[in-house]
Amino acid sequence: MALIPLLAMVRKDLRVFFSERRSVIVSFVVPIVIASFFGALFTGSSQDSRPAKIGIAIVDQDGSAISKAIVSSAQADANLAVTMPSAGAAHDAVRRGKTSVAITIPKGFGDAAGKAFFSAAQKPELAFAYDPSRRIELAMVRGILTQHVMQAVSAEVFGGGQGRRILDQTLSEVRSSSMADEDKRALVQMMTAVQTFYDRPSTTGGGTATGPRGITMPYDVREEAVTAGANAPYNGYAHSFGGMAIQFLLFAMANLGIELLVERERGLWRRVRSAPVSKLTLLTGKAASGTLISLMILLVSFAFAIVAFRVRIHGSVVGFFSVSIACALMASTFGLLVAALGNSPATARGVTTLAVLMMVMLGGAWVPTFIFPAWLQQVTLIVPVRWAVDGLDAMTWRGIGISGAVVPTAVLLAFSAVFAALALTRFRWEEA
Amino acid sequence: MLTIQHLRKTFGTLVAVDDVSFDLEPGRLLGLLGPNGAGKTTTVSMIAGLLTPERGEILIEGARLAGDTDPKKGRIGFVPQDLALYEELSARANLQFFGALYSLRGKALDRAIAAALELVGLADRERDRVKSYSGGMKRRLNLAAGLLHDPDVLLLDEPTVGVDPQSRNAIFDNLEELKRRGKALLYTTHYMEEIERLADTIVVMDHGRVIANDTLDGLLSSMPAAAGSPASLESVFLTLTGRSLRD
Repeated sequence: MALIPLLAMVRKDLRVFFSERRSVIVSFVVPIVIASFFGALFTGSSQDSRPAKIGIAIVDQDGSAISKAIVSSAQADANLAVTMPSAGAAHDAVRRGKTSVAITIPKGFGDAAGKAFFSAAQKPELAFAYDPSRRIELAMVRGILTQHVMQAVSAEVFGGGQGRRILDQTLSEVRSSSMADEDKRALVQMMTAVQTFYDRPSTTGGGTATGPRGITMPYDVREEAVTAGANAPYNGYAHSFGGMAIQFLLFAMANLGIELLVERERGLWRRVRSAPVSKLTLLTGKAASGTLISLMILLVSFAFAIVAFRVRIHGSVVGFFSVSIACALMASTFGLLVAALGNSPATARGVTTLAVLMMVMLGGAWVPTFIFPAWLQQVTLIVPVRWAVDGLDAMTWRGIGISGAVVPTAVLLAFSAVFAALALTRFRWEEA
Repeated sequence: MLTIQHLRKTFGTLVAVDDVSFDLEPGRLLGLLGPNGAGKTTTVSMIAGLLTPERGEILIEGARLAGDTDPKKGRIGFVPQDLALYEELSARANLQFFGALYSLRGKALDRAIAAALELVGLADRERDRVKSYSGGMKRRLNLAAGLLHDPDVLLLDEPTVGVDPQSRNAIFDNLEELKRRGKALLYTTHYMEEIERLADTIVVMDHGRVIANDTLDGLLSSMPAAAGSPASLESVFLTLTGRSLRD
């Protein structure tokens, strides 16, 4: 392969690329801006470990000890940001999207819940008015509130004033009920035992000294984010910068392929082909310049993320570069494929834009693939972007060593080989 | 210098070039004439190595031209009909690239660029971007790009399309200078007066075949004068190819 023409191809493509200010801005600046935005979403601006609170509104129409305990418990929950507006204001807040869920505790809820705790009495309703665009938060609020309601009702039933009154009332109703004698006797016996529990003298550390605890979760959760190391918190910018850089280097390479179609239309390719240079040299030159430009886009993006957002290569530096080079080569050969299969610049532009967007969407460049359904996660393994994103994630915030780069690099090189072979065989070499 | 023997090329059922043969000697200019679709560009494309002939041979000083990387391709220069230039780059950057495709580098490349720009009168604008050039300047640079590697044979496919009379005249001067230097020039055009001024030999093609191959005087003498006025190349051309429109 002739080296001088090859290097000339590379130098010329770099000159043309950097002479177009707009393409430079789109390729280098835009991904940084978008990745910064997505990174802020994934990481949170403060980068601390506190979870984002779900905003809910509680309208307490009951005012009972139980409803007050529910409100108090919810307000103390680290996952909830509780407000207590009027019923009308709560609905309005949900309608305007300012609050996910408005919960109304109706009048008589405390008494009814206490009775339903022991008997088959009618269960009272908690009214949930929710924003339909935030169903995931609704499910979370429902689960969190179940814990608080159970704790508040059981605590009151087993020790509070309202609970005693409910128990006395329920005991009286059971005695006069028409249930089977055996059942009635057992139930009265249990309730009487609870009354005895109420009436016993206070003991140190007992329920009455510190207030009734009620039914609580019988376990605590110890959470640990598994990242590169104990002192390396998850940094969402690592993922977003990798994803966005891949997206825009693919766009840049698709454009390089389209530029080749433009060169063909402008007769430039006729002049190039008239020189004593082999087909392999011409395509290798294009692939080499594309790989260099892609690599620059990727490395500039990561350099910015390292300086501005403290993204670090916690895994293998060699692995990071091997994935980056393989990714750049894959993108470059994708550009050659565009040039080989495209009929005209206009049609190629539309088709490749769609193809790139599909690849980056399915490859997890926008959002991590773990939020995809299981079947889709398997399907996306055929998308090269998926391997590039996973490989860069492994080398950055996951902190996996060189072993984590081997498979992504190999798969990306395989995609490059397939794209290059297709381009070489499908390229229109004859110039009428 | 350049010998074309029995070239043939088809595109599907269309026979674009059929049994085309002619010779071109050093220091001579061969004018290739023909209506649209006659097969001129296809013939030039085969000589330039852009199309593979189905039959026939292209010989440079008796040696057959074969393959993309045949060093004999370096003895041919090609000036395409389109302005085949990178508009975003300077004239110098364009010539550096096209020269490097012929493995020119270093001082040899610098000398070639200087000589080519000097010949076409663009030496003082070498660092300007091509997109700032006028149409005539681009045409002259287009010619310079084909001359960089000092070819023995120069293929010129309608090199004066869309240029003003001054630039056209400058290009003619350049071509006459190249003839004096012993270059063999193959020139296609639709302008009869260009052929009358420049060509030593005229080949007329129609429907993919050579229908005349002679000097200007030879062609004119083959036609009787009409109504007392002497025959012109245009009248000869129309007599040979007919007056029906070719789209």
